[in-house]
Amino acid sequence: MNRNVWRRFKSNAALSIIYALTGLALVPLGLVLWYTILKGFPAASHPEFYLNVERPVGIPGSGISHAIVGTAMMVGMASLIAIPVGVISGVYLAEYGHARWARWVRLASDVLVGAPSIALGLVAYAIIVVPLHHYSAISASAALSILMLPVVIRTTESAVGLIPRGLRESGLALGLPRWRVSLQLIVPAAAPGVITGALLAVARAAGETAPLLFTSFGNPLWSVDPTHTMSALPLIVFRDALTPYKELQDQAWGAALVLVTMVLAINLASRWVLRRQIRLAGQL
Amino acid sequence: MAAAVDTSLTAPAAPKPADRYRTLTAFVSCAAPAALIVIVLTLLQQALPAIEKFGPAFLVRSVWNPVTLDFGALPFIYGTVVTSAIALAIALPVGVAVSLLLAEQGAQGIRAAMGTGIELLAAIPSVVYGIWALYVLAPFALHNFETPVTDRLGFIGFLSGPPRQYSFFTASLVLAIMILPTLSAVSRDVIKAVPRGLRESSVALGATWWETTWRVVLPTARAGIFGATVLALGRALGETIAVTMVIGNRDEIPPSIFSPGYTLASKIANEFSEATGNLYPSALVELGLVLILVTLTVNLIALLLVRSTEARMAA
Repeated sequence: MNRNVWRRFKSNAALSIIYALTGLALVPLGLVLWYTILKGFPAASHPEFYLNVERPVGIPGSGISHAIVGTAMMVGMASLIAIPVGVISGVYLAEYGHARWARWVRLASDVLVGAPSIALGLVAYAIIVVPLHHYSAISASAALSILMLPVVIRTTESAVGLIPRGLRESGLALGLPRWRVSLQLIVPAAAPGVITGALLAVARAAGETAPLLFTSFGNPLWSVDPTHTMSALPLIVFRDALTPYKELQDQAWGAALVLVTMVLAINLASRWVLRRQIRLAGQL
Repeated sequence: MAAAVDTSLTAPAAPKPADRYRTLTAFVSCAAPAALIVIVLTLLQQALPAIEKFGPAFLVRSVWNPVTLDFGALPFIYGTVVTSAIALAIALPVGVAVSLLLAEQGAQGIRAAMGTGIELLAAIPSVVYGIWALYVLAPFALHNFETPVTDRLGFIGFLSGPPRQYSFFTASLVLAIMILPTLSAVSRDVIKAVPRGLRESSVALGATWWETTWRVVLPTARAGIFGATVLALGRALGETIAVTMVIGNRDEIPPSIFSPGYTLASKIANEFSEATGNLYPSALVELGLVLILVTLTVNLIALLLVRSTEARMAA
């Protein structure tokens, strides 16, 4: 009897430790968010922070509008490549997943997810920046699109895989060719899941710094020309945080706050879309 | 699942017309493998001058002198390995605990909230971890961990002082936080794939929750958890920005983990845009080549481990 009490005690103790460790794992999340809000607020609470471009240290009214626009533009251009290519590849994997080629595609995209983002920057530098003889936003977008591609591929594949067989079979039973079943029945039904993947990829790309360092390079001035240097939120955080000036450090924290808000908002939106998808797939 | 669908559909004997839809999508799907090949080949080509000049000795020399154009990668390889190893040592126990909790049936209430929290940990951009580590974590770690440890255990070589805010240890702490979501998400999937019957038999025999977990679930999922760990290692090796901000940037192999150093990725991030000439950037690209070959290999091994475990359990 005594032994059983001990065993039960041990089990409960282990469970408590596991809860405690999970709680511990969440401490950094809370701390990062708390300090970003606390330290970012002084800079981010001024309206001119969102309206102006960077000004030299000592001159008030510095802003990061150009970086917000730059991040949006570069991630947008990367999405134009990565999302269509990723979705089509993902649909291929879901439709013809047993083919030998599909296995290679899947393996390649799984391995690509883990490719260090700094290496993508080096490649974009060699392929685009060097021939053009100057840094440019498009080279950054190219690097980011490679980063986004595997995320879109794998989420599209699993979203299409969630669609019940019955839907596909009823389409085929009605005599529809396979491409129409795929494009008119399956993909629309899986759309929320596909959008989730795209949003996750966008959030990931928006927060990346390493591929931008030697591609878009950064630019303290207003610039919307994709063939020129362009600023981005992560670049402002990275460069300003490492300076000795209080104003610039505040600006870095402010930019970090804007970045975190953006990324978490996209992330939460994607979760909401995904929950709807799962409910929808359950109804089909 | 897709395989099962297909065999049922190809059953009619009528000759199949060419599936243009398939050809088209298959063609577009070349993008991912092509990108992978282009990445490796481009880096190889760009690194060629350095490879030709230094040969394999590049990997084991610890010189880095842009003035005399003499380069070696050892300090950076050392820094990458050490920071990743410490990060894994910290993240592994926590990550497995998290995954056990998240894998339990019917995550609801507090457990579901914890799961969301862990996933959000993965969503925070690297550079935000970097600025936080720079201003908050590094001073905290110096005063509350590094200094007391070096005071008491400083006679042990790798724990010797003087401690620095920006060090291997601080970088490892950030890395541990950043790889935790990968580690726990993949482990959770593997643990979830442990057949229910196995778990239930153990409980039916009167085993407590912990006995079931420790003696049945974990041993069954062991290879997959190992795979998750290796996958997390891949992430740690390639992580750039957060590490660059707190590693301290020194081209040497210091004896202590509380000293500043460098990793492959942070060396490239700090120096590539300023590297002039031919050989200097090429040597930096060779660092990138080493980095990507190692991470890709590590990832491949991890994927095979995770997949074979899941497949075995499904069978």
